[in-house]
Amino acid sequence: MMDSIKLHYDVPGDDFTRAGAASGDVKRNLKTLGISPSVIRNVSIAMYEGEINMVIHAGGGVIDVEITENEIIMTLADKGPGIENIELAMREGYSTAPDNIRSLGFGAGMGLPNIKKYTDEFSIDTKVGEGTTLNLKVYIQ
Amino acid sequence: MPTVFHSVRLDADKCQGCTNCIKRCPTQAIRVRNKKAYIISDRCIDCGECIRVCPHHAKIAVTESFNELIRYKYRIALPAPALYGQFNNLENVDYVLTGLKRMGFDSIVEVSKAAEIVSSATRVMIESGELKKPVISSACPAVLRLIRTRFPNLLGNLLPLYTPVDLAAKLAREEAKKETGLSDEEIGVFFISPCPAKRTATRTPLCYESSGINGAIAIKDIYPVLVQTMDRLMPHEVESINASGIIGVSWAQSGGESSGLLKERYLAADGIENVINVLEELEDEKLNDLDFIELNCCTGGCVGGVLTVENPYVAKARIQRLRKFMPVSCNTIDNETDIDSLGWTRELTPSPAMKLADNVVKAMRMMTRLREIECTLPGLDCGICGAPSCRALAEDIVRGYAEETDCLLRKYQIEAPDKGEDWLPLPFRMKVMGEEPSEVKKDEG
Repeated sequence: MMDSIKLHYDVPGDDFTRAGAASGDVKRNLKTLGISPSVIRNVSIAMYEGEINMVIHAGGGVIDVEITENEIIMTLADKGPGIENIELAMREGYSTAPDNIRSLGFGAGMGLPNIKKYTDEFSIDTKVGEGTTLNLKVYIQ
Repeated sequence: MPTVFHSVRLDADKCQGCTNCIKRCPTQAIRVRNKKAYIISDRCIDCGECIRVCPHHAKIAVTESFNELIRYKYRIALPAPALYGQFNNLENVDYVLTGLKRMGFDSIVEVSKAAEIVSSATRVMIESGELKKPVISSACPAVLRLIRTRFPNLLGNLLPLYTPVDLAAKLAREEAKKETGLSDEEIGVFFISPCPAKRTATRTPLCYESSGINGAIAIKDIYPVLVQTMDRLMPHEVESINASGIIGVSWAQSGGESSGLLKERYLAADGIENVINVLEELEDEKLNDLDFIELNCCTGGCVGGVLTVENPYVAKARIQRLRKFMPVSCNTIDNETDIDSLGWTRELTPSPAMKLADNVVKAMRMMTRLREIECTLPGLDCGICGAPSCRALAEDIVRGYAEETDCLLRKYQIEAPDKGEDWLPLPFRMKVMGEEPSEVKKDEG
């Protein structure tokens, strides 16, 4: 059986002071493992964006990370409102974040596009009214 | 383990084996073993935080004594601008500089003078667009080493220029050789230093050949005699030596280097925790709209160095007053200057001191074991085992440097399993019993 390390995080909703805690912890673990800096950067940027999305749009959620010898697999699942139009959501600059969130400097419409940009595999499972799950992979090397 | 020169050392006789320093170290480089602190050489960045926090004064900075001067025919002092903030009612830095000469130096080259040249070169380089933005200042050697150890991803953002002190040394030595005809061995160059990190950096620079600084004298060591010497100076005896202005002198404090760039898109952070927070954000590319990031490990900037005498805020206020009497700048580079001659000649490589193993598969096995051990530890981060946190102890155990029974609570639990739970404080006991909090779940696979 292949060795892997599994990490699990509960992301609370509407708490911006804690947003980034999960991606920060993953970053710390990857550094301890001696994973290359560019891989760590891709993982932590993609995961941070996903984590923030959960806080802004979905009232929190859960993140599971699996680190194997060859790749880092991230699953970000929430029970939020779901995404109505994925094509629009993937467009740079498009955002449905409310004004109070934008005033905090978030909601620039770069979340999903950035996540896609920094990952090697990217898929969204979403259903309006039920929630959204992101499946992400970053290859090591 | 390679041995690296460090200015920060332990005075084992004074060490009481308490846990103050292990908690404060930003790279988790200290452990208490056999009732004494032990500094892990590969991790230490010479920031001096342990010197600041040790209640027994057992952490020391090795600097040179003033007596070293007698070994040289011609002696040059390179005073850090932070020195100017140490004196009350000072309106003219020439009092300080003349004082240094009276103490036995043949010539003085202000670090603030070289700082103005570095500022000027930085402006040109940022303007040219060849640097990766945001550009991170490389002047604080503890920050440089922190980035190398904890944030290797950011090495490419560092400003690839000489630090002001090394540039000052280079200029001073060249000038002295030309003027006196003496050889390198006969000329002694001494930095009047606010901190141990700069001492380490001048002795073993990471990014270029040594600039030939023969020693660093701590501001706190030179201060008592210098003050007396300055007191005895008559106004007509004061020589005109000062050759730097507001831009150079401002390098003594946080924000000084940035303001010398004459740009507004910069950030200046000081104090080691704040520096780390900024580096974390930088690493996650959250600060891409900035041109320049100035980071100083000490609170307030170099005026907050552990080898200074005065409170950093007082020193800052004094420098503010001094600046009133100064021109903006006295030194700039021109079209004739070869910027390459001010630049790094060596590649700065990451330091692997934080990772578990060179091989990822091996590191993953160690990490799995580390997490299993971590779950059995109380989670109090009390430091009694000698490591700064339960996580750090777990890391030490998998690296083979510590044992599970170094944790007293864990030891009691192993020795008396039926009573063990009583030893462990309540909120953490759940973790031991397998009902882990959701933050970290054990590997089920």
